[in-house]
Amino acid sequence: MTQDQTGRRAGPGKKAGALVKTVLLFALLLLYMAPFFLVVVNAFKSNGAILKSPLALVDPKGATLDNFTKAFERMDFLRSFANSLLVTVASVALIVLISSMTAWFFVRYDWKFNKLFFGAMIAAMIVPFQVIMIPLVSIYGGTLHMLGNPYTLIAMNVGFGVSMAVFIYHGFIRSGIPLSLEEAAMLDGCSRLQAFFRVVFPLMKPTTATIVVLDVLWVWNDYLLPSLVLSNNRSAYTLPLSTYSFYGAYTVDYGAIMAALCLTALPVILLYVFLQRQIIAGVISGAVKA
Amino acid sequence: MGEKTRLGRAKVFLTFGFPALFFFSAVVVVPVIYGLYLTFTNWDGISQVKDFVWLENYRAVFADGAFWQSLWLTIRYVVVSVFLINLLAFVLAYLLTSGVKGQNFLRSAFFTPNLIGGIVLGFIWQFVFNRALTALGGSIPFFANTFLGDPAKAFWAMVIVTVWQYSGYMMIIYVAGFMGIPRDLMEASGIDGCTSWQTTRKIVLPLMAPSFVICLFLSIQRCFMVYDLNLSLTDGGPYNATRMAAMHVYDKAFLSREYGVGQAEAFVLFAVVAAICITQVVLGKRREVEA
Repeated sequence: MTQDQTGRRAGPGKKAGALVKTVLLFALLLLYMAPFFLVVVNAFKSNGAILKSPLALVDPKGATLDNFTKAFERMDFLRSFANSLLVTVASVALIVLISSMTAWFFVRYDWKFNKLFFGAMIAAMIVPFQVIMIPLVSIYGGTLHMLGNPYTLIAMNVGFGVSMAVFIYHGFIRSGIPLSLEEAAMLDGCSRLQAFFRVVFPLMKPTTATIVVLDVLWVWNDYLLPSLVLSNNRSAYTLPLSTYSFYGAYTVDYGAIMAALCLTALPVILLYVFLQRQIIAGVISGAVKA
Repeated sequence: MGEKTRLGRAKVFLTFGFPALFFFSAVVVVPVIYGLYLTFTNWDGISQVKDFVWLENYRAVFADGAFWQSLWLTIRYVVVSVFLINLLAFVLAYLLTSGVKGQNFLRSAFFTPNLIGGIVLGFIWQFVFNRALTALGGSIPFFANTFLGDPAKAFWAMVIVTVWQYSGYMMIIYVAGFMGIPRDLMEASGIDGCTSWQTTRKIVLPLMAPSFVICLFLSIQRCFMVYDLNLSLTDGGPYNATRMAAMHVYDKAFLSREYGVGQAEAFVLFAVVAAICITQVVLGKRREVEA
């Protein structure tokens, strides 16, 4: 990974330059991280101490966990976390499953109908959510009364997620998976579905990883769609929704809010600590392919 | 592997094609078409009946000064943010591919804000602007009053948070671009006596054109559609000074209950974004070269 991009030989001047760069970058990093740092520090202080000196590192009366217990209970953290987990896992699993199948179908069957839908999916990738949200609420809320439960939210996430996922899988299958592999599997007695799941799908692991990364970050942090779909059912709130309503109810209780923000951010940060290489790789290949 | 019979083809379609096409049609295709229909009606969101009003809503869009104001505000916000995001991201990527100690750690760290949703980021920065920076006000008068209470400074607060968030995202795309530049090309230019500025201008920048196209596309699209951050950081305030177009569309439909007008404005916004993004991509592609 480490490589010298300027292609010049390292000399003493070069060394000093590298030192300046390193110092500069770490200074910038401190600046970037300062907001997170402030939130974490203040989450362990009492409200009075925060109001008095938000920049102090510790509460003169000692660190407290009260903010966390309060936020944990009032935000209904466990339930919101479980809701977020259900919605994210179900949406992303479904997107991966059906998009990979449809992409394969589009590549292998050159029907006019398929070309039409593939074109529609590519076009849909630049349609902003704002264009769809009003009719979506009008159809599924006003006419069909399907809002207020996580399954509708999952179904909608799937509908939004498939276009990009199909597009990325499509590119990979067309260029990376020879037809002969599937034909060989079918000659050996596999059905078409078996050939897909035993031969094609395992070969697409890197593509699947890209899609999982992009879609997990999107679904887990999404606010607008869940707020429209779940607005009248607090028990189905995902983490961003309960954070938002907690903030509205406790605007002046800074300690509790800082703790709530920490709790909400913690799961993804933890995941990132373990999977940063994969996440970064997923974002890069997703951006390059889409 | 074409299926011989009609039945065989139907079976393949039902297993492989149908599920994704069903969800896609129900959530994207039908709503877009229905949305187009809504722009010709005067639906208020509640009543069962809606009248067909022809182009009345589009006339209302042109007469809606607040919408054009928010669109103009959004365009200024996009221009400033996109420029700063990409400048900072490019410089960061350049430095983080030059063999600095701990560069992998630094790349991961600068990306961190993008793991967290706009709602939470907005709340974090609300605390930074309202409490932390004002606490510095004693020694630095510039920070004495919160940025979020001043119409002009609140705009810059939005820009600062946006640049802070997306510069880390675009940086890793630029990093990937830098790593794709063949090393021998850089060495050859050094041997041929290029200064590092010449190398940057004549070799690095042209080869980075694809990365620029991607990053500009992503940052333009995301900044134009900003909503979560807008809602949690400023909620459009103070005095509507930071009400971006997406928020205006939301309020028009769901608060003022003018669904037809709101939907028409959403289409106008889409047309503007699509036109800008497509122009950008077409112009950018022309500058791409092969290594």
